[in-house]
Amino acid sequence: MALETTALTAAGIRPGTALDEAVQTRAGIFEMTQDAEASVLRPQDPGPWSHALRAALAARIATLNAEAGLAARYAADAGDFAGLADPGSDGSEQGVTEVVAFMDKVAAKTRDVSGADISALQAAGVADADIVRLCELNAFLAYQIRVIAGLRLMGGVSA
Amino acid sequence: MSTVVRKFTRTVPHWQPRVTPMDLEQATQEQLDALQVTPSNTKVSDYVLTLAHDVESLKVRSPLFNAIMYDKGGMSRAERELGALAASMVNHCIYCAAVHAMRHAQLEKSTEVTDNLFRDGKQAELSPRDQAIFDFAVALSDCPSTAGPEHMAALREAGLDEAEILDLILSASLFGWANRLMHVLGDPVRKDEAGAS
Repeated sequence: MALETTALTAAGIRPGTALDEAVQTRAGIFEMTQDAEASVLRPQDPGPWSHALRAALAARIATLNAEAGLAARYAADAGDFAGLADPGSDGSEQGVTEVVAFMDKVAAKTRDVSGADISALQAAGVADADIVRLCELNAFLAYQIRVIAGLRLMGGVSA
Repeated sequence: MSTVVRKFTRTVPHWQPRVTPMDLEQATQEQLDALQVTPSNTKVSDYVLTLAHDVESLKVRSPLFNAIMYDKGGMSRAERELGALAASMVNHCIYCAAVHAMRHAQLEKSTEVTDNLFRDGKQAELSPRDQAIFDFAVALSDCPSTAGPEHMAALREAGLDEAEILDLILSASLFGWANRLMHVLGDPVRKDEAGAS
């Protein structure tokens, strides 16, 4: 049992349980999930979105999803952007208002996202490659957060 | 000219990016490797070329996606498709819903389940097992998740074992990811005959 990943830790999987056994049969998936986390939270080429900003946005999205433990874990790396982890902040202090509004909508009101939301980022001077980077960060978190919520339910552990 | 598709369908639309996909001519070696472009394989979809803007993420995503949807054991492929479809319906990702409804129908050799879902949405009446799977995946796809112990109990009552429930969590969650790329970065469109390019 050498599997140590954010998702399994956050979900509180206990070794030796039936759930732990099921997880072990999908060990490769949990390892790749952890690699995916590194690729969007701590990429070698972060573009204009620093590791600290990414961590702050991740904490914010976890909070929007009522995942307090995961939010705290990401907020620890948010550095100067820590204020963004609070969904009540609009990003004006850090000069990322459009980015924050976009990330909130993609995370929480996915179905309502339209071409106008992409145009708004482009109008704010965000390059297309950097829009894709924001989407990959947001999209990965949607996945990781739901894996954690689902595993916790499976294990009968309360949040 | 093309028309944006707004209703759920099993006829897979064309995906039209809202950002400019990466230009293959300008690609770095790392991007070419991630795209698996070789002299004999130079056809890459606009979707993959769009994601190639974030090549580090693209590289790890494809094997993870394939493992969750296709690895042996655990939940049947058709039921994983149902989990993917439920997420795509919650997020209104027309493109993903079409692909995975079509695959479900192919695997099951029946359109009954996806006909019901597209006609009646979340009120659709399904077999007890499909109903438990669909309802759980829908609840897990909300933000925040509204899945609760009652959903888990329904899955176990319907006969799903631990490995199957784990695979359902993974496939439904994976489409929380896929939908936020497909539905956000592009439009599902039908090209008119005359204006097709």
